Amino acid sequence: MIPPRRRLRRPPSAPWTRRRPLPDRVRRRLPLLLVGVAALALGALAFSGIGDGMVYYRTPTELAGHDAGPAGRLRVGGLVLPHSVRAEGDALRFRLSDGVGTVEVLHRGEVPPVFREGQGAVAEGVLGPGGVFRSDRLMVKHSDEYRAAEPAR
Amino acid sequence: MPHRDTCPHSAVAALAASAALVTGLVLAPADAVQGEAQRLMYVHVPAAWTAYTAFTVTAVSGLAVLARRGTVWDRVGRAAAELGAGMTALAVALGMIWGRPVWGVWWTWDPRLVATLAMLLAFLTCLAVRRWHGDAARGARGAAVAGVAGFAMVPVTHFSVLWWRTLHQPPSVLRPPGDVPVDPPMLAALAAGVLAFTLLGCLVVARRVRALDAAAAAPAEHVSRAALGRAA
Repeated sequence: MIPPRRRLRRPPSAPWTRRRPLPDRVRRRLPLLLVGVAALALGALAFSGIGDGMVYYRTPTELAGHDAGPAGRLRVGGLVLPHSVRAEGDALRFRLSDGVGTVEVLHRGEVPPVFREGQGAVAEGVLGPGGVFRSDRLMVKHSDEYRAAEPAR
Repeated sequence: MPHRDTCPHSAVAALAASAALVTGLVLAPADAVQGEAQRLMYVHVPAAWTAYTAFTVTAVSGLAVLARRGTVWDRVGRAAAELGAGMTALAVALGMIWGRPVWGVWWTWDPRLVATLAMLLAFLTCLAVRRWHGDAARGARGAAVAGVAGFAMVPVTHFSVLWWRTLHQPPSVLRPPGDVPVDPPMLAALAAGVLAFTLLGCLVVARRVRALDAAAAAPAEHVSRAALGRAA
């Protein structure tokens, strides 16, 4: 058995030490309780964040079946089709492809500097009428390749 | 205060860290797509790797504690769990700093990111469960069980990018057989980073175990705090 912890007198400069100390039992159990609360919060946020169907993003082919669109926010991911990116006022229009199907995306919001044609991207938003995906959060999905800008000499 | 038997180890670790800095910042070129931000890989990946390794040590130590192979395993497992929790938090923080300029976001509810946070919580559970009971032996067994069970988050975290759709890219090195799609100087910087982090991690765990040994040997309360201060 560990002898009960006795609190030593601390210098009065730190204001939080002037409060009455928590009971020993509470003090010992507080860390695990906090971890438990954090785990519950993470679980809840992750569940709502990953969203319906428990996939992080849908493919354009999966979205093609839903013309009216499944209700609520979702993500769609694929390769940005070459020659499909056009600026439209403050919005950006482009097509995402998974090699089989494509989806048209109308994005309003910040565009990551690494975003370009032929690269992977994930757009977050809602599927609007006409199968146009209205995105307000655009993320670049880069590959697992790392290369120098110029070929090594 | 440096301990005599760690001096060569410290020197090697310092050398490895310097080599990692030079290769990562100078010798390795900037990435063609991501630019200079990609250099964060040379610290982000080693931090995650060190966390995986630390959790492996915690799980093996936990098994030794449950098999009653001596209290030293409890201290080794605890020191490794402390390192692992710190390294997981570091990997998440560095990943966020890397993600903002390249992905465009600090955070997203991607399976890899969620699994990494869950791994951090598993480490924290292992550390927090120890004090749930007032009794040291029961605390040690609780931490051992939590360490062995929590280790399950290591493969889940690592393979999350292969099992599920993620924004996070799949592994470039520890992955199914095939060419490693990384230019040699970049791979060298990554290897140097992993080596430096691993050696420094061993050093930190060894010091922490010695501090915990000293705290266990000393009869008085609050020695652990003094020992911590010495080791820091």
